[in-house]
Amino acid sequence: MTGTDKADWPLYEVFVRGKRGLNHVHVGSLHAADDRMALTHARDLYTRRNEGVSIWVVRSEHIAASTRDEKDPFFAPSADKVYRHPTFYDIPDDVPHI
Amino acid sequence: MTTTHSAEVPPPEQHLQEHFDATIARDQRIEPRDWMPDGYRKTLVRQIAQHAHSEIIGMQPEGEWITKAPSLRRKAILFAKVQDEAGHGLYLYSAAETLGADRAELTERLIEGRQKYSSIFNYPTPSFADVGVIGWFVDGAAICNQVPLCRSSYGPYARAMVRICKEESFHQRQGYELLMTMMRGTDAQREMVQDAVNRWWWPSLMMFGPPDGDSPNSAASMAWKIKRHSNDELRQRFVDMTVPQAEKLGVTLPDPGLRWNEERGRHDFGTPDWSELKRVISGDGPCNAQRMERRRTAHEEGAWVREAASAHAAKQAARARKGAAA
Repeated sequence: MTGTDKADWPLYEVFVRGKRGLNHVHVGSLHAADDRMALTHARDLYTRRNEGVSIWVVRSEHIAASTRDEKDPFFAPSADKVYRHPTFYDIPDDVPHI
Repeated sequence: MTTTHSAEVPPPEQHLQEHFDATIARDQRIEPRDWMPDGYRKTLVRQIAQHAHSEIIGMQPEGEWITKAPSLRRKAILFAKVQDEAGHGLYLYSAAETLGADRAELTERLIEGRQKYSSIFNYPTPSFADVGVIGWFVDGAAICNQVPLCRSSYGPYARAMVRICKEESFHQRQGYELLMTMMRGTDAQREMVQDAVNRWWWPSLMMFGPPDGDSPNSAASMAWKIKRHSNDELRQRFVDMTVPQAEKLGVTLPDPGLRWNEERGRHDFGTPDWSELKRVISGDGPCNAQRMERRRTAHEEGAWVREAASAHAAKQAARARKGAAA
């Protein structure tokens, strides 16, 4: 074990667009020496059965993420604004098309 | 502002534990950046790594037949299947890495024999019928094990399992189809199938692990919902699923105790030789040394490719920097 591959091949996150019209979705990660190799490996690993029409790879270290727990006060500001939802407003039943 | 209500806040560790427990209780998934108990993380890393190693080592028994497959069709199928096993290993290493495990280190642990892989891959594949029986039994057993893992409490593991299970169905079906083809052939071919069935049946039942009473890690894994069913329950499911398939195929499963139990609505079956499982797991199976040697050699002989790719990437990056500076 040389140990060089551990140091030199960075981790990439892989995002695949399943078909035209859909978003790219995170599918997993892989190690590659550079961007081009990451794309080729991502194709071989995550789209062996036509799972994708487009792939993004991004170095994991370049992803900034919200705080460690996904259900924490970071998202609290969006929880107390019920007036952002259409159901907050009472409209009489006999008003059409609204 | 930050200190006014600190007196009411419980100690952070306890609060985090409660939040974790509640997430598990609600049947929601734990995600990589969530807090989790050390034991949960360790158990997962161990299980996922062993699972990944099994996929990688699992390429070997069948891989031996790629160059000897009897037709181009079978060769192409086998190639695709073995490539899938590599892919499954990589999905799983990727999941392990979300827990802070280092992929290169996991490979190292496998090569040094410090981490295990499934006992089943330590059995030899002397005939082409073995390829069929592995698809039918071994991948069939894997499906029994893995379908419930699609609901495992750790998100990245569960998602990797969804992907794997989709592909596993091809593996099982190509195996069964291969055997059906051989069963329509000559007497000698039918004997090859029966012989392979005889050799693989008991080791396949052992794939589910020791009996529940003797499975040290099961209880915690079940409580954490990493695992959803006990070893014995999964083993029973596999037997119930396989018996009618064996009848259709026209082979006999080598267990005189195997019979339908009307009362239970399930099959009764014999007890695997647990001492054999212990022996194989501890390194003394028919092919353990050979599998490890092959894996080590592949890793070492591939070193120059990894180094060359690194050197190429470094050179390209240097050129790009020069170009930008000019």
